[in-house]
Amino acid sequence: MTKKRISQSLLIIILTLGAITMLVPFIWMLSTALKTAPETVKVPPTWIPKHLQWQNFVTAWHAAPFLTYFINSLIVTTVTTIGQLFTTILAAFAFSRLNFYGKHFLFALFLSTMMVPGEMLIIPNFVTLSKFSLINTYGALIIPWLASFFAVFTLRQTFNAIPNELYYAAKLDGSSDWHFLWTMMVPLSKSAITAIGILEVIGSWNSFMWPLIVTNTAKVRTLPVGLNAFTSDAGTQFQLLMAASTFVILPMIIVYLCLQKYIIAGISKSGLKG
Amino acid sequence: MIKQHPTIKSTLIAFAYLAPMLIITLVFNIYPIFKSFAMSFYTKYDFFTDKVSALGWANYKFIFSDPDFYLSVRNTLIFVLGVVPFSVLLSLIIALLLHRVRFLAGLFKTAYFLPFVTSTVAISLVWQWIYNDQYGLLNAFLSHFGVHPIDWLNDPHWAMPALIIMTIWKGLGFNIILFLVGLSNIDKRYDQVAQIDGANAWQRFIHVTLPLLSPMTFLVSVTSVISGFKVFDEIFVLFGGSPGPGKSTLTIVFYLYQKFYSEWKYGIAAASGVVLFLLILVVTIIQFWYSRKHVHYA
Repeated sequence: MTKKRISQSLLIIILTLGAITMLVPFIWMLSTALKTAPETVKVPPTWIPKHLQWQNFVTAWHAAPFLTYFINSLIVTTVTTIGQLFTTILAAFAFSRLNFYGKHFLFALFLSTMMVPGEMLIIPNFVTLSKFSLINTYGALIIPWLASFFAVFTLRQTFNAIPNELYYAAKLDGSSDWHFLWTMMVPLSKSAITAIGILEVIGSWNSFMWPLIVTNTAKVRTLPVGLNAFTSDAGTQFQLLMAASTFVILPMIIVYLCLQKYIIAGISKSGLKG
Repeated sequence: MIKQHPTIKSTLIAFAYLAPMLIITLVFNIYPIFKSFAMSFYTKYDFFTDKVSALGWANYKFIFSDPDFYLSVRNTLIFVLGVVPFSVLLSLIIALLLHRVRFLAGLFKTAYFLPFVTSTVAISLVWQWIYNDQYGLLNAFLSHFGVHPIDWLNDPHWAMPALIIMTIWKGLGFNIILFLVGLSNIDKRYDQVAQIDGANAWQRFIHVTLPLLSPMTFLVSVTSVISGFKVFDEIFVLFGGSPGPGKSTLTIVFYLYQKFYSEWKYGIAAASGVVLFLLILVVTIIQFWYSRKHVHYA
């Protein structure tokens, strides 16, 4: 027994040291965000600021149009996620339950496109969107992400696991496909749909390269792009940079802490299919 | 009853369900694949009118004689080789420990996974501050061991290691979760049988756990390699929009970005995108080929 106890204590010590290492950047970010400018450049650095400078958050918030960026990110993330879930649920249902010509061909076609790096598609997509005069609009930030075959693939697995008998029984009762999908399949797959949704929220909120390329004014910039633009104004005012970084990071940390189990379940499921 | 064979009517119904997803993916995923292959051969191209007046191999000739492109391929390979083995090994070790610990496992998981959900831009700014040569946390920490201040982000020798360290830190949680899934899928009876046969903990790990975990190790390696080939955001923010001191962190995607967005050379950018795709394809095929000999599917 004591041997087990020693090994458990040892495990906890190692894992705690590792966890602290993982958290240090976050603690350092918060600590710097609460310092005065002279204290940020003190050698050796202090962990706990002498006087907590909460007004740094206010100063940083007003130093750039962060409110606009925040609203933009909120709009883009919400519309993208809801839209993508809608297209995904419909398509996953078709692939899981309906019979149609070209089903196997379409499925194989989509599977093979998953190998292609998204970065390769940026150039033609930019050309397409500028033909529709959508560059520098919400449209460019949202429309290309309204569908994801990866999400369809994941949800189809969950739909396939729902017994066919339920479907047949509903059909015999005269229920339409549409009705069955929204009253049976979707509620039964709630946790998978939540997981896909949250992963999309995180991906969309944090996305950088695409919004960087398709926006060039503050009016439509999302938070990560706005934060990047802010770095040149802030210069070496590290306390303001860290306060601004906190704005961008905090919403996703809250989402993560509240919905942790769905996120981990989602990664486990979609990762497994490889 | 339910028809098993498709009819015209059932096909029409199905396509009504597929339409929203189909339209978006055709326009923004399928068409651009063919378009970017085509664009890589456009040698005279008017972006505003989308008119092509000359085609040829010139874009490929250009990148294969451009020292910057070779540098970007080289840097990308160094980055992948620097990140993947360490990331896989570290996350495997942490997952093994997390699998055995009986207290606080949930809390530890939260801590290790936290970097994964945070914005790359924001957290790269934090690391930029940590790497600061005069006031940064890392140099302050290293000074306790008598290490002289390192100019992590401005010294061409240290820029790549700085990028690699941050990337490993950020991606660790994702790999740990995958390894934990792999570990919990292993049937405990294998381990018990080996124990009865007198195998010690190390022998059980090498001959039972590791082979049974190999499909997951393979998956983690493949996904890490693919995402390593596509690195961009971290570099852009860490080095303030530049490809690092002396182009020491110029990667393929950064090259593509510069050709496309700074120099407006669509054809050359598209050609580098095609090369990126082929590189990822070849490396993935090699990994699959290797896995056929070394991965054990129980």
